[in-house]
Amino acid sequence: MSERATPEATDESSAEQADGTADAPTETTATADQTPEERAADRPVTTGAESVIRALENAGAEAAFGVQGGAIMPVYDALYHSDSIRHVTMAHEQGAAHAADAYGVVAGVPGVCLATSGPGATNLVTGIADADMDSDAMLALTGQVPSDMVGSDAFQETDTTGVTAPITKHNYFADDPDTAGDMVGEAFALSEAGRPGPTLVDLPKNATLGETDREPGPATTPKNYNPETEATAEAVDAAARAIESADKPLLLFGGGVVKGDATETARQFAVDHGIPVATTMPAIGSMPEDHDLCLSWAGMHGTGYANMAITHTDCLIAVGCRFDDRLTGGVDTFAPEAEVVHVDIDPAEISKNVHADYPLIGDAGTVLEQVDAELAHSPDATEWREQCRQWKEDYPMDYATPEDEPLKPQFVVECLDAATGDDAIVTTGVGQHQMWAGQYWTFREPRTWVSSHGLGTMGYGLPAAIGARLAADDDQEVVCIDGDGSFLMTMQELSVAVREELDITVAVLNNEYIGMVRQWQDAFFERRRMAAEYNWVPEFDKLAEAFGARGWRVDEYDQVADAIEEAVAYDGPSVIDFHVDPETNVYPMVASGGANGQFALTEDQL
Amino acid sequence: MSSDETPASGGESLDAPRQSDDAPRNGLSGPAPEERPHPTGRRNSQGIRIDPEVEAEPKTRRTVLSTLVDHEPGVLAAVSGLFRRRQFNIESLTVGPTEDDDYARMTIVIEESDPGIEQAKKQLEKLVPVIAVTELDPDAIRRELALIKVDAEHPDKVQAVAEMYDGKAVDACSETVTVEITGSRQKVETAVEAFERFEIREIVRTGTTALERGARETADSTLADD
Ligand SMILES: Cc1ncc(C[n+]2csc(CCOP(=O)(O)OP(=O)(O)O)c2C)c(N)n1
Repeated sequence: MSERATPEATDESSAEQADGTADAPTETTATADQTPEERAADRPVTTGAESVIRALENAGAEAAFGVQGGAIMPVYDALYHSDSIRHVTMAHEQGAAHAADAYGVVAGVPGVCLATSGPGATNLVTGIADADMDSDAMLALTGQVPSDMVGSDAFQETDTTGVTAPITKHNYFADDPDTAGDMVGEAFALSEAGRPGPTLVDLPKNATLGETDREPGPATTPKNYNPETEATAEAVDAAARAIESADKPLLLFGGGVVKGDATETARQFAVDHGIPVATTMPAIGSMPEDHDLCLSWAGMHGTGYANMAITHTDCLIAVGCRFDDRLTGGVDTFAPEAEVVHVDIDPAEISKNVHADYPLIGDAGTVLEQVDAELAHSPDATEWREQCRQWKEDYPMDYATPEDEPLKPQFVVECLDAATGDDAIVTTGVGQHQMWAGQYWTFREPRTWVSSHGLGTMGYGLPAAIGARLAADDDQEVVCIDGDGSFLMTMQELSVAVREELDITVAVLNNEYIGMVRQWQDAFFERRRMAAEYNWVPEFDKLAEAFGARGWRVDEYDQVADAIEEAVAYDGPSVIDFHVDPETNVYPMVASGGANGQFALTEDQL
Repeated sequence: MSSDETPASGGESLDAPRQSDDAPRNGLSGPAPEERPHPTGRRNSQGIRIDPEVEAEPKTRRTVLSTLVDHEPGVLAAVSGLFRRRQFNIESLTVGPTEDDDYARMTIVIEESDPGIEQAKKQLEKLVPVIAVTELDPDAIRRELALIKVDAEHPDKVQAVAEMYDGKAVDACSETVTVEITGSRQKVETAVEAFERFEIREIVRTGTTALERGARETADSTLADD
């Protein structure tokens, strides 16, 4: 944890208590290392809101992101007394949700966001939907009007549980002060259990203000929530036979490898058995991208070699992925020669989009160990590995930097990568810049790529960088690679980064277009660039300075390295406005619904 | 695992800058799509590998999913929301209490292909308040109920038709007779047709409700016992 508030002199304050010298209870603070019993003794629960905060403390929550407001005020008032939870006030609730989501991705524990009823809750919706699509562990707490006013269209009343039902793993309406804390604990535990996902607890004011002396119990998942962790022996046996006899085996790591903390096991499995690895976008970093066996990520803008491998493999071992259409292209042509081994903790993902010949339901790491133990020998894939290596040579991710053309965005990404550590964290908005960030940054570690995949939410990058900063180690750099359009959607969060003194570097790849849309218009709408052109964008470097951050503007190749060096060295929020070539397109590209093996390398191939 | 070595950076190929003077100006180099080898295999719309010659559209069938759920508010909305969102073809849904006050049972009739039915079951099972989902045997006891209100011009004839379908008149006045019919969906359907010879004023029908025959459990309530 970086940037965490140092818990204030707890020893003294509890000593003061013991002396009876502490005057008001508001002086008492709790710390992360207290046991639940110590917390209860120190500062007994008196209201529903206090039990909510106690539940968060006991669950180990250390950060929360939110915006105050009428119906959530009791919860904030209870948070006032907690020193183990650092609260970051965001500029907008969407930012709070993205920050909590990214915090969860980096820290590996659920991020927490808070919002008031009505507009506060509806502003969270995009962020909750984003977390849901990417199976990110996150807990949202929303204020609600008192239960006896629910249904009366009261001021700032929204049917929050109704609105969020389809985009949460589960949600709760906690209208009893005695059990509100237990529900919050359960929601926290549930969000990270099995296949992670966002949960929400709606807290009507009567429940949070209501009196109770009940300390919440330990955070446990609902009693009938019992995901399988181990695959059955027969299933493992059958899958192992298929893998042994494969000539062209390919591992496909999905987000489940990262979320299931199975990275080490999965890498070892690949290396031990000499099986090439492609990843999905959420799994970027699960395999070091500079490893011989790594083909980087597959799909619409994935590498040519990953897409060739997927197209020609005869045994696809997919681990923790959901076969999203951006990965598969048209299902009819997806891995058309492959028997599919599918490892997933969520049975509903098995054969949802692509039929699994060998379904293995369980935890990614556990199941890979089971399969490893069952394999009599590795598949004989020497020729196949050679073929994959050949494809890397045939379809290089090269790009030119002609002097007579504007700065190339790919170059900027490579320079940023070179100027930062191997474990630097990258967050992004959505669009071309996101794809270049994924393609030209060489990721080596899990939980260093933080992006909006399933929902594709422009504006994710900056608030995500704030969340990531709080979860990252102090010496880990956090870089947000953003688009001008995406940055404009949530740039108000820069005020938060300044206020909280967060060391993040925002690199805007400014093409004065919503570039990805422009690229599609050129390819599929005969170059009619309707509503894609920004004929005026603000000067982001100056805006950064106005916010109290530092700003640079870069137009030329020879300015790139210096600006990056200064921005990265600056211990606080910085923004570099890179004016890049507006006409550069993202390749390779598989047209929507097209065949992965038919990826285009230039526009005329689309 | 045989080796303790943690794989680290291996090759240089991806580590080196990819900026290159020979690269095309807007795009990437490499063989064009038509120059690449292409496999001949295919999958159908459900992602199942098929022989391209004998592709057949998946057949749908009607089946009953008996679903045991926590008896609490919001569950019906969650289930119906799920079916709407995932576009499952739902024929009917009935819900009511069970032998245990804590649980309700939903009887859901859907018409889907086999993979669709599997998917519907698994998605239902994912809902936290859902305790168990069972696809019932084709020979399970299935019942529907219909109330048919007809003009009372020929009460005797109405009575006679009702008896043919083991139904009974449950309400009568000078203007109307209301008949109750219980039975399988087919039986209720033919009964409704039979009543069409009278002037039908209103019909109301429940969906199907169903229970396994004999000692078999309908939806594994053992899970709910502990
Ligand atoms: C909230 C939201 N609105 C609209 C879109 C549709 N969209 C996808 S990419 C894109 C362009 C993004 O532009 P910019 O952030 O400038 O990035 P660029 O593609 O230029 O790198 C748009 C509008 C989206 N993904 N998210």
